[in-house]
Amino acid sequence: MIASFLKEHENLYYALTNKKVIVGLVLFLSIVLLALVGPMLTPYDYEGYAGMPYDPPSPNHWFGTTIMGRDVFTLTVYGLRSTLLVGFIAGTIATVVGCIIGFLAGYYGGSWFDEILMMITNIFVVIPQLALLIIISAFLKVRGIIVMSVIVSATAWPWTARAVRSQTLSLKNQEYVSLSRISALSVARILREDIASNMFSYVFMVFILQFNGTMLSTVQLEFLGLGPTRGVSLGLVMQDAVNWNAIQLGMWWWAIIPGLIITVMITSLYLVNTGLDAAFNPRLREA
Amino acid sequence: MSVPSSNDSILSVRGLTKVFYSGVFRRQATVAVKDVWFEMKPGTILSLIGESGSGKTTIGKLILKLIQPTSGQIIYKGTDIAHLKNKEQLRDYYRKVQGVFQDPFATFNPLYRVDRIFNMVYSSFGLDQGKKDEQVREVLESVNLDPDRTLGKFPHQLSGGQLQRLLIARTLLMDVDILIADELISMLDASTRIGILNLLVDICKSRGMSILFITHDLNLGYYISDYTLIMYKGRLVEKGDTKKIYENPVHPYTKMLFESVPDIHRKWDRSEEFLPEHVVQEVREFYAANEGRGFEDVEEEHTVLFSDR
Ligand SMILES: Nc1ncnc2c1ncn2[C@@H]1O[C@H](COP(=O)(O)OP(=O)(O)O)[C@@H](O)[C@H]1O
Ligand SMILES: [Mg+2]
Repeated sequence: MIASFLKEHENLYYALTNKKVIVGLVLFLSIVLLALVGPMLTPYDYEGYAGMPYDPPSPNHWFGTTIMGRDVFTLTVYGLRSTLLVGFIAGTIATVVGCIIGFLAGYYGGSWFDEILMMITNIFVVIPQLALLIIISAFLKVRGIIVMSVIVSATAWPWTARAVRSQTLSLKNQEYVSLSRISALSVARILREDIASNMFSYVFMVFILQFNGTMLSTVQLEFLGLGPTRGVSLGLVMQDAVNWNAIQLGMWWWAIIPGLIITVMITSLYLVNTGLDAAFNPRLREA
Repeated sequence: MSVPSSNDSILSVRGLTKVFYSGVFRRQATVAVKDVWFEMKPGTILSLIGESGSGKTTIGKLILKLIQPTSGQIIYKGTDIAHLKNKEQLRDYYRKVQGVFQDPFATFNPLYRVDRIFNMVYSSFGLDQGKKDEQVREVLESVNLDPDRTLGKFPHQLSGGQLQRLLIARTLLMDVDILIADELISMLDASTRIGILNLLVDICKSRGMSILFITHDLNLGYYISDYTLIMYKGRLVEKGDTKKIYENPVHPYTKMLFESVPDIHRKWDRSEEFLPEHVVQEVREFYAANEGRGFEDVEEEHTVLFSDR
């Protein structure tokens, strides 16, 4: 049964047997796992005093402590949770909105429909994130992860829409799209089978960049005191470390460990992306 | 000018013009096709001849409704195809009007097995899925392809000639009225060429299909077509009965074509296409000498553009 399933979904088979995809997925899932189970492994609270300040990593404090005596491991795993969540939600919203608008504008490229969509996109480009956030925070006293994600993604999708539009424009002029058109395929099917599928790895890359970008802009907003009204995040931990000159004071663990985790996370997704690129392209598959 | 009587034609092209706008603010205009008129009749092959960039592919794409004309009309069975808007009307049009594109490698989506081009036809046009395997094998054999060696393959695993024959086979599955064949056999070797050409002629005559055979090879045009259209820089410069044009070319561009006829058995070579400066000059002088004349019949079923002013 598994054999017949894989035969029908051979892309999945090639994807899951690609070395880069395997390594990338293992790394990424380990980090997700850390975010899921980490908080259960620690006896400390991320806001509270956990022990001696300035403590380097030790059996009691795996990732050391901060200048205030907080446990860096606890901060990291809780921070990882909210950072992953904001990155995932905002990245998804920005990717989906950007791709849909970009696809449609590109497919109907040059028409008034395209012009209207691009006009809307350009309006969003010039709205400063900060102004939007200040206005929203004036109305919403409590900001949760969802509100943060929506705000961050509202200004993150336009570049994707533009990039996807130009990608679609070039793909739709491919002769195979013409063949699908004279085969009377519906626009939806052409978008899905001829354009989206050829853009899959591109879209995945966009998602990784959006994931990355939205995480970073969340960090910026948090730094300005416009972050979620409660909680911690990976960015906040690093920002704190930088503000306290952690590196200069020799507390490398405070700044470097959370930074390393973000780096590994981005790299793992990048590996998955290049691996999928090879798996989904029959031409590259054989090499 | 002698437009063959419209009642027996299945498709008529009237004053067709296509201008491409490109560049910043779409300021750069390319006149790809200008004021082209011709008729297609059932059971006849019309060859469209001209060098690269003369607008042949553009005419094919306009008829296939892949691009919209700047002006002029394409009338299929009494209806201007510009009015075909909804899905059903377009589907009915494509059920009857089909094409094979110039570049077979670009015509296949590299992500899918080649079988997809047949599957699309069956699902879109509501053909009997139960007979698919049998019918596909049949048409593949008729274009001299071994089904077991081609089905299930990815495009990059096949040659340009094999891909092109797959595309021809695809159109044979349908009962088409009009086939646009753009540089159809450019990728084929001499032995399959003749087979495919004969197959096309057979189908055209037996099914009453009308074929627009786009080529830059005069010999091919002569071999296959009943009528000939000669294009030069987006304009139709000479048209009519193939024999008459070949026996008595009038336009300087057509004459030049006859002086540099390539051998039918040689493989098509893109680098051979060129437009010598002296020809451009001759055409200019010809137009200047005949200013104000436009299209004129030189004999029955043989029309020449004497001047573009
Ligand atoms: N999509 C397009 N955009 C801009 N110019 C085009 C486009 N398609 C074709 N052209 C131009 O139109 C002219 C005719 O092209 P084409 O019909 O492909 O010629 P042929 O098939 O005879 O070689 C060429 O100058 C070409 O560059
Ligand atoms: Mg061409």
